[in-house]
Amino acid sequence: MENRSFVTIAGHSKEKILYLLEMAKEFEKCPNRKILDGKVVATLFFEPSTRTRLSFETAVNRLGGRVIGFTDAATTSSSKGETLKDTILMVSNYADLIVMRHYLEGAARYASEIAPIPIINAGDGANQHPSQTMLDLYSIRKTQGTLENLNIYMVGDLKYGRTVHSLLMAMRHFNPTFHFIAPKELAMPEEYKLYCRQHNIKYVEHEDFNEDVIAGADILYMTRVQRERFTDLMEYERVKDVYILRANMLRKAKDNMKILHPLPRVNEIAYDVDTDPHAYYIQQARNGLFARQAIICDVLGITLDEIKQ
Amino acid sequence: MNNNKQALQVAALKDGTVIDHIPSDKLFQVVSLLGIEHMDTNVTIGFNLDSKKLGKKGIIKLADKFFSDEEISRLSVVAPNVKLNIIHDYEVVEKKEVHMPDELRGIVKCPNPKCITNNEPMQTWFHVADKEQGILKCHYCEKEQHKENIKLL
Repeated sequence: MENRSFVTIAGHSKEKILYLLEMAKEFEKCPNRKILDGKVVATLFFEPSTRTRLSFETAVNRLGGRVIGFTDAATTSSSKGETLKDTILMVSNYADLIVMRHYLEGAARYASEIAPIPIINAGDGANQHPSQTMLDLYSIRKTQGTLENLNIYMVGDLKYGRTVHSLLMAMRHFNPTFHFIAPKELAMPEEYKLYCRQHNIKYVEHEDFNEDVIAGADILYMTRVQRERFTDLMEYERVKDVYILRANMLRKAKDNMKILHPLPRVNEIAYDVDTDPHAYYIQQARNGLFARQAIICDVLGITLDEIKQ
Repeated sequence: MNNNKQALQVAALKDGTVIDHIPSDKLFQVVSLLGIEHMDTNVTIGFNLDSKKLGKKGIIKLADKFFSDEEISRLSVVAPNVKLNIIHDYEVVEKKEVHMPDELRGIVKCPNPKCITNNEPMQTWFHVADKEQGILKCHYCEKEQHKENIKLL
């Protein structure tokens, strides 16, 4: 049988991405449907992630499926030394689908190769978090009416932030112009700039972050600048307050501009931005529910036509 | 001829394989990659022999042993320029060169300590992203490494 697992978004075609977004749109119209009646979904979180887990479990519950699983590997046999393979094969006996988050990179890919049931990658270390990318794409398309020809400004930790890397690769189909706004130590890695050049994606780099820099943005994608990412703590002290978005920086922003953030935020978006019409990060998280409902249905072989019926 | 001089240093072979032009510092990696230490055929290993091309080179002569292309391609990660001579009845009947394969399974270690392959009893798997530059990409964690920096399993 064809393995329908959802491990990475990098290999998805434009058509496939648009198809999944269309499916997510159906779920936004009506998130409560009994199409997973009788199905059991296992959520295996070898690393805690409350937000992602709640989003997936809500998606299953609203579709009428049942959820089993664990929220922390410390309470499972993997703390006794069980291999990932054994855990995955054991759970495959019980469930129709596994949603997994793991601290090791490549864990979901490996699981998808050994499991007889589909695997959804809910994050594997610093590698991939493709359901986040789907909800980012959904949020961009919903707020801008299209994914084509947009000016996307990425701010903060562009070196380690896997969400910005995945989004960058997924956007390659849609002729974006990127602006990378980051301190030197957390600048966009060379391999992703090379990726842009290879795919004829335009990009501009900035170190400054102010109202003039962001005036041309359609999407302002904020990420967290984390202290532990810096080798030079003097550098951290110097830049930590530079990449904070405040309401008074939005005066020149385009009307259609929306602010996204993968959450959780710490201080990189000031609270006075929350009531600004450009703020979208809380609604963005809600879109994660619809995007994940679409991903779950797709890996189980449920089609858009079946959902529309 | 050079071949004749070499023959004085290392005994001639009736049937088998001669692996020549191995850089001296890679010789024992080649031995290990091909699993030669586990073979029970007659093997002659020459180390630090004089070479016009390499200065010092290694050579391995294996009696009654013929490698598959897959086995030979493993050598590409450590010694891409070695030459293999296939010998039948004291004559070289075929010369083979090493080609970088499209993928490598179970040969190279992933340098990423957080990669699943370093934490689970499983085979490594690399895609050769760039044959000319020798860039390997881990199938699992997707990290790239350069051929110069690889560690063998």
